[in-house]
Amino acid sequence: MKKDEVPQDTSNLETAKLKELCYALDDDGNYTTVNSSGWDPKTIALNQAIEEINARIADAKRRVLKNKTSPIEYYMEFHKMDVSILASYVGMWSWRVKRHFKPTIFKKLSNKKLQKYADTFDVSVEQLKDITKHGN
Amino acid sequence: MEINFTHHQTAHCENGVISNLMKHHGFQISEPLAFGIGSGLLYCYIPFLKVNHAPALTYRAMPGFIFKRFAKRVGIEIKREKFKNPQVAKERLDTNLENNNPVGLQVGVYNLVYFPDEYRFHFNAHNLIVYGKEQDRYLISDPVMETVTTLTEKELEKVRFAKGPFAPKGHMYYPISFPEKLDIEKAIIKGIKHTCRDMLAPMPVLGVKGIRHVAKLIRKWPKKKGVKVANHYLGQVVRMQEEIGTGGGGFRYIFAAFLQEASGILNNPKLADLSKEMTDIGDLWRDFALDASRIYKNRSAKEDAYNNVASQLETLAEKEEAFFKKLKKAIK
Repeated sequence: MKKDEVPQDTSNLETAKLKELCYALDDDGNYTTVNSSGWDPKTIALNQAIEEINARIADAKRRVLKNKTSPIEYYMEFHKMDVSILASYVGMWSWRVKRHFKPTIFKKLSNKKLQKYADTFDVSVEQLKDITKHGN
Repeated sequence: MEINFTHHQTAHCENGVISNLMKHHGFQISEPLAFGIGSGLLYCYIPFLKVNHAPALTYRAMPGFIFKRFAKRVGIEIKREKFKNPQVAKERLDTNLENNNPVGLQVGVYNLVYFPDEYRFHFNAHNLIVYGKEQDRYLISDPVMETVTTLTEKELEKVRFAKGPFAPKGHMYYPISFPEKLDIEKAIIKGIKHTCRDMLAPMPVLGVKGIRHVAKLIRKWPKKKGVKVANHYLGQVVRMQEEIGTGGGGFRYIFAAFLQEASGILNNPKLADLSKEMTDIGDLWRDFALDASRIYKNRSAKEDAYNNVASQLETLAEKEEAFFKKLKKAIK
């Protein structure tokens, strides 16, 4: 890749006023570094992943409101986590976290456990219990 | 307190921390040199690890390995500390800063507030340098950022104690002793040999064989997994290839830059030719990413489109196989 071929497409980096560094050849064939504002194939790949996550969040939300799953699953998706990551944050086994997805079990959770989840998701226990009170 | 430290932006975080810390201690080590000596280049498909609900693959060595190998090969000694207790971790960091010693930290990206939202995944092997503290804000030199930044005590604790795969556990590291003169020549040869060995390894998921393995999988994905999942997986292949700062071509361009520099240091013109060849290979990786992105952009899973990118990968495997065989000979 030559210096003038370094992609300068608009990307999500812009929001953070960030440009990344790339290695490319100068006119004499020597390697040098050039800042890049982004590259479309990369941006598309990233956006596709984000869309996927948003769809998962929406799906979880729908199921919480239908009482098919507990708010924990919604907040987990919201924070781009999977069960094993969430389990390591709250310090429980994955199967216990999964069990807490069941609305009937969730209702019986102690305040201490609820607080643990609330802290992990950076919300109040009240918000944890009722996702319609969640900020975004 | 602020340590007199110069921030240089680099393409990749781990090389960047090595290069910036070495420069701070008076050794001019460029990013490509750190990457090459630490044998950073790799290809590995990791079927048992899922990232974002898709199989993981990597184009570079395991987090931490580049620095470990680099240190061993040039003869510097590194002190590493991990912590259970965040309070102790903070105290140890503060002591180092008071002693005028900038340190490298392993952190999780998800809570790294200065990163664009879209880039904040649960990826726990990011690296940065702390070079001072003013009131309750730590002064941060993150190698992939253009300029220095700051984090509050709480923000830094959060990223140092992120959970999940590769949890950093407060991991802090810094060089403690240097030899009189770094043995760069020998280190370069060791680094190259190691990379050739990895890339030509007789393992189904590693190196050139790994590339062929993924090519085969890509051919199967549309039928086996359906359009949506196949596109999601293919997107992951590109996302992993194009981590921040690799600018199309994964880590291949950094490796080409390394070979060019090594050619001068070792006075070996063959390496300069091979650098050119690696640049061309990098361009082909770029074409692959471009064509793959067209597939998932159109949300189609035409089998011939998948077959086409798979064939491109197979060509890449062939070219890299020939390349690393030549490279192995060139340093004998």
